[in-house]
This record gives sequence, C-alpha cells and structure tokens, in this order.
Amino acid sequence: MSMTDVKNLEELFQAKIDAELKIEPKDWMPDAYRRTLVRQISQHAHSEVVGMLPEGNWITRAPSLKRKAILLAKVQDEAGHGLYLYSAVETMGTSREQTIDDLLSGKAKYSSIFNYPTLTWADIGAIGWLVDGAAIMNQVMLCRTSYGPYARAMVRICKEESFHQRQGYEIMAVLAKGSPAQKEMAQDALNRWWWPSLMMFGPTDANSPHSAQSMKWKIKRQSNDELRQTFIDRTVQQAEVIGLTIPDPDLKWNAETKHYDWGTIDWTEFNNVVAGNGPCNKERLAARNKAHNNGAWVREAAVAYAAKKAKRKQAA
Amino acid sequence: MSNALFTYTLRLADDLLILSQRLGEWCGHGPVLEEDIALTNRALDHLGEARNLLTYAGQVEGKGPASAKATAGPRSEDDLAYLRLERQFTNVKLVEQPNGDYAHTIVRSFLFDAYHLPLMQALTKSSDAQLAAIAGKSVKEATYHLRHSSEWLIRFGDGTEESHQRAQAALDNLWTYTGELFESDAVLEEMTKAGIAPDIAAIREAWSKTMDQVLSEATLKRPADAFMMTGGRKGLHSEHMGFILAEMQHVTRAFPGVEW
Repeated sequence: MSMTDVKNLEELFQAKIDAELKIEPKDWMPDAYRRTLVRQISQHAHSEVVGMLPEGNWITRAPSLKRKAILLAKVQDEAGHGLYLYSAVETMGTSREQTIDDLLSGKAKYSSIFNYPTLTWADIGAIGWLVDGAAIMNQVMLCRTSYGPYARAMVRICKEESFHQRQGYEIMAVLAKGSPAQKEMAQDALNRWWWPSLMMFGPTDANSPHSAQSMKWKIKRQSNDELRQTFIDRTVQQAEVIGLTIPDPDLKWNAETKHYDWGTIDWTEFNNVVAGNGPCNKERLAARNKAHNNGAWVREAAVAYAAKKAKRKQAA
Repeated sequence: MSNALFTYTLRLADDLLILSQRLGEWCGHGPVLEEDIALTNRALDHLGEARNLLTYAGQVEGKGPASAKATAGPRSEDDLAYLRLERQFTNVKLVEQPNGDYAHTIVRSFLFDAYHLPLMQALTKSSDAQLAAIAGKSVKEATYHLRHSSEWLIRFGDGTEESHQRAQAALDNLWTYTGELFESDAVLEEMTKAGIAPDIAAIREAWSKTMDQVLSEATLKRPADAFMMTGGRKGLHSEHMGFILAEMQHVTRAFPGVEW
C-alpha cells in the first residue's frame, strides 16, 4: 500500500469517526488506534479481574447473609465484565491468552485502585460507592466510544455498575446511621478511599499526553479533569446526605463556577502505586499468578477431553 | 413435631450454608474466568436456598415450645447463621471439607449435588407446603449444579493422566463422608412418617445410580463403601468447622445487635 493510499484510508477513517459512525472489527483502522484500544480495553479487563480480589476478600466475612449474597452477585458481575472485555480485545486480533499473559508477567497494567487493601467491611461499601462510582463516570462516556464492540460491552457493563454503586452507597448509609463504631468504620473507609478514587481519573489534563489523540478518535469524549470534577460535585452531596465528611479541608462550593473547589492530589503516591509500590501490588499479581498456575492442569484436562471427544465423534 | 421440623429444616439449611461458604472462598482464584463465574453462581444459589430454609426454621422454632427458643422473638436467618456455635451446626462433614485442588472442589460438589437434586425433586411433594415451595424453587438450580460438577468430573477422569489421578484421589479421600448424607435417626423417621421428608433410601438409590453412570463415563473407579464418617448431624464436626465459623461470624459478633 502506498503512502497516499494510507493517507486516504486515514482520512476516510477520521471522516467516519467525525460522522459518529462506529468502527467495527473488520474496518480498516490506523495501527496506533488499534494499539491504543488493545491497551485500554485489556487494562480495563484486567481491572475487572484483579478487582475481584479485594472484594472477594470479604465474601466469607460479610456481616449478614443478605450482604453476602449481594457481594457474591457483584463479584460475579465483575468476572462477567472481564469476559466481555477480553472478547472485545480478541476482536482486535489479540488472543485472551496473550492478554492474560501480559497481566501475569507484569507487563500490562490494571487500575491502581485495586492495589489498596480492603481492611474493614466498610471498605466494601466505599469501593462500591467511590470506586465503582468513579468508574461509571468513565464508563458512561465509553458507551459512546468510537469502537463498536467496546461501546456495546460498556452498555451492558454500565447497567450492572450502577447497581454496584448503589449497593455500596447503601452499605455506607446503613453504617453511617448505625452505632458510633459503625459510623467510625464508614468514615475511616471514606478517608482511605477518597484520594485514591480521585486518582482513578488519571493524570491532570496538562500531564496526559495521549488524551488529545484519544479525544480526536472519540475513544474518549471528556477529559480526565472534567470527569473528576463531575465525580467530586456529585459525591460531595452524597456524603452530606449520609452525614460523612470528605477528607479534604480545601473542599468548598464555588458559587461562580458552580463546582466544588478542592485540594491537591498526592501525585507522588499515585506514581508510586503505578510503579508497583502500592500496598498490595505484589499480592494482587501473586494471587493472579497462583490461580493461573494452579489452574493449568484443569485447563489442560478440558482441552484433552474436548480433543478426545471430537476424535471419537469423527470415528463414529 | 415442630422440634423435629425445626431440626430437619436446619439440617437442610446448614449443608447449603457451609458449602456456599466454602465455594465463596474460590472467588477470584478459579482456574479459568468461566469457572470463577460458575462457582460464585453456585455459592449464590446455595446461599439463596439456605436463607429461605433458615428463615423458615426460625419461624418453625418461633411457634414451638418456649424452651426451644433462645431469644425473645423467632430467630432470623442471621441469628441462626451468625450466632450459633460449632456444636449447634448440623451440616454433614462433607461440605465443610477444605477446597483443596479443583478436583477436590468438584468431587465434593458432585457427591453433594447427586444427593441434593433427587432430594429437592422428592421434597417438592412434601406435606409441608413451605418446604415443598422452597424445593420447587431449587430444582432447576440443582439440576444445573449436578450437570456442572458431572461434566467437570468426566473431563478430569477422561482428560489427562494428571487430571485423572487428581480426580480419583479426591474421590477416594471424600468417599468416607458420603455415608452421612443418608443416615437416618429419630428426627428423620418422624419427618418421613409425617410425609414431610422423602424416603432417604430412595434418595440413596438415585444417588448411587448417578455415581455409577458418571464415574463410568469418567473412567473413574467407584471407591468401596468402607468406613463412613459420622457426627455432623449431631453437631460433631471436623476441626475445620471452627475456622469456617470464626471467619464467617467474626464481624457480626464484634458488633452485636446492629443493622448491616
């Protein structure tokens, strides 16, 4: 293909995106678009799967059977989201095995938020309310992302995530109006999860070099800072309703901008956790590797049995 | 009568609650993502059925003689799950056995599912309307559970040499816990006589038939019925039980009397 042909294809591709048409797996797309999406969708898939660990951690200890059932259903949803998203990556020509190998070797990233520990029951509430709440801001935007399979997966995922967010908020609400010890547990969880949740939106726009290209391709439609601000505005009010305090002394309503002004994210902490030095980075990766290695004989048995069965069918 | 019905319902509930608790331990650690989903799904089904049964047990107990009551009102599902001690749990020892490798988890479920499905099918005809209704809701799930564990056992038995050995080892290890599923005592006799519980011998026959069918297809050897463990129904458990309950109950017990 000549350079002119590629240029024409790129123009056609961009025209399609500008016209709000979805890009489908068989359509031509620039290599960089494909690479960006494979990276983004696989990171998203890994986040769902690694995210099962801090929450799964509390299934056996949930303090009522109703909460145990809700948590089981929620973590099961996360596994399902992981599956859709690995399939979405496969539509771009990267196999699930390869994608998972990249996670296990530490090459691929997942959301850093899951490198924080779940220390008390209230953390399950905080994760639903804040972490899923922050994730939804991104995911609602991604329902309109330019790559068709990703957008369609997100529509399904968003429906379930909004249920997750509500159940998390409800856990917090019950704790906040419970005994003093319960309220203290809820406030402590909010204190620990607030800033890491804000970090989930990524670097500030000024420090996010790929954002402009992603916006042009309509992979992203809102900037990190815009999404973060919307999340803060919404969540501050939710905290007020249940009587919990956001751990930010600089938080203040700004009547002029009609938004909350707020403090500063500790980017040193953010960079540290991304670099692998968060409280649980090693544990999370070790747990995934252990599950994968212990499951090797199970997957081999399934393949061997399927092959035997196919052979018998052929012989019959 | 209501005492026996309470005990019988509690036994049904405890088997499912403890098995669900064990399966929940797998969450996020399964051999493949699809199995993570299948296991949490099972844990959720068992838990749902256990909750219905525990709630009913509490209601039955509430109507019983005052001496049977531990608290003022009828005990709730959470009172029964979180505030009883080891010796008051009446599940069979099979369900409290550790997850082990995936072969042990699958075999444990297979041995239980092959009992649970015919039990639920028969229980739909119980003279106790509430138990019949709970069983009616469970049959579809129990059918899927048995299919799931049977299919994996066949894959293991007829898969690789390693999977075959692991499945046979799990079967040999866990077989000793199957006798307890079919034990009879005064409680069960009273329930069977009243048309509430099905004839356990018939359930055993159905179970045995499933064993032969599935194990033969899996090319696995059915272990001989040697010594069978007992005690669970009387609250005599393995040492695992205390740890299961410590983990399950500690938050609830640390904050007595609050809402969650």
